[in-house]
Amino acid sequence: MSLYVFPSNEDPGPNFADLLRRTSAGTLPDLSGELTSPHGTTIVSLRYNGGVIMAGDRRATEGVTIAYRNMEKVFPADRFSAVAIAGAAGPAVEMVKLFQTQLEHYEKVEGSVLTLEGKANQLSQMIRNNMPMAMQGLAVVPLFAGWDHRRNIGRIFSFDITGGRYEETDFAATGSGGRNAKTTIKLGFRDDLSRDEAVELAVDALYQAADEDAATGGPDPLRGIYPIIATVDVTGFTRLAEEEVAARFAAVLARGGRPGGNNRS
Amino acid sequence: MTMPYYVAPEQIMKDRAEYAQKGIARGRALVAVRFDHGVLMVAENPSRTLHKISEIYDRVAFAGVGKYNEFDQLRVAGIRHADTKGFTYSREDVDARSLANLYAQFLGQVFTHEMKPLEVEIVVAELGATPDDTRLYHIAYDGSVVDEETFSVLGGEAEEISRRLGATFQPDSGLAVALRACVDALAGPDRTLPASDLEVGMLSDANGRRAFRRVEADEITTLLAS
Repeated sequence: MSLYVFPSNEDPGPNFADLLRRTSAGTLPDLSGELTSPHGTTIVSLRYNGGVIMAGDRRATEGVTIAYRNMEKVFPADRFSAVAIAGAAGPAVEMVKLFQTQLEHYEKVEGSVLTLEGKANQLSQMIRNNMPMAMQGLAVVPLFAGWDHRRNIGRIFSFDITGGRYEETDFAATGSGGRNAKTTIKLGFRDDLSRDEAVELAVDALYQAADEDAATGGPDPLRGIYPIIATVDVTGFTRLAEEEVAARFAAVLARGGRPGGNNRS
Repeated sequence: MTMPYYVAPEQIMKDRAEYAQKGIARGRALVAVRFDHGVLMVAENPSRTLHKISEIYDRVAFAGVGKYNEFDQLRVAGIRHADTKGFTYSREDVDARSLANLYAQFLGQVFTHEMKPLEVEIVVAELGATPDDTRLYHIAYDGSVVDEETFSVLGGEAEEISRRLGATFQPDSGLAVALRACVDALAGPDRTLPASDLEVGMLSDANGRRAFRRVEADEITTLLAS
């Protein structure tokens, strides 16, 4: 480790990945060759009145095998945004770590926080840099959501493996069970959902995804493993307590797996 | 052919030290103290945006006086060191001691080998897991490091301020008392410093993982009034 002082024409500025490339070659992952690796599965995000929800199941699969039962796929990106990952688990977790460090690095070097759109663009660049690995089957497809202090709204961004960035107006889901989750949210979504209603909708969506998709993990009362649900609102990122999530899934099981109040008409 | 003048090494060092000291003495002072919940840093600084006090990492903070562009370069280099180290190893592996050593080496190198020494004086503080592990490293323009016990004073009139602070300061005082002692020491007997002329930052466990927090003007006013 040394003190990194650069001549002004080579200065990486607040770009942390560029700094690593210049100073610590090999720290950034660069894999080549065909390989199988654990994959993370279903993540969902939806907007409610006063914030956004980010949620994800806990399963990682390797082919038809369950690789991990308690993987975490929902992370705080910084104080006012959340990132969730689907796809190749190893590179995805590494990407989240780099993304978190980049946001904090920028904040400290520049003395100001990136706008929400700036953060989404940073993530999109990281996905684009992952393209060579994506071509070999190690694609990472995150969702990003956060509170926009300038507009005073929660915003959701989805991405494709080429780094394409798409802002979603209401909700998004990705991963192998994403399609089922998305349909569930679509049927129950209203413009003025409260936080509680939105959490219930996310719980229903993850339950339906797990019900239809073998790679998505459902609630596991036997081991006490439940999906992770987090909210981002004007006060910042909050992860729901395990007990609250457990109680909500218990309610789903008690009503025979049928969707809750949002989907009843 | 012109012959270069011979100048004795002692004279060169003395001139450089004098030059650096003059530059630093022109700037306004800063104090860093330990209080019952961590480390408090108080600077006389009318600017809201050009900071003297900053966050380096989860439990490490930086403060500098002297030439702004020079200590800001050191600040950024410190953040780079800490973020790279924390990313490569683990967050707990980042500490103030290794950063203070790097700063000392860099400042010493520039002082001995470059035409112009850096006109800066900096302090690197780390909030320890226990109060005994809390550290204050004071690093001078020539790279000399002092591991300070309770407080550190940097910048113009440092000796005078240090004497005033030493007379009143108690290391285990609460935030409001510590802040009052710092502000009084900075101001001296003949003037009062308004909150708008103060920059205050602190490292405290109450702030979560990132222990650094700026104390804004409103809060400074409230604390000084209490």
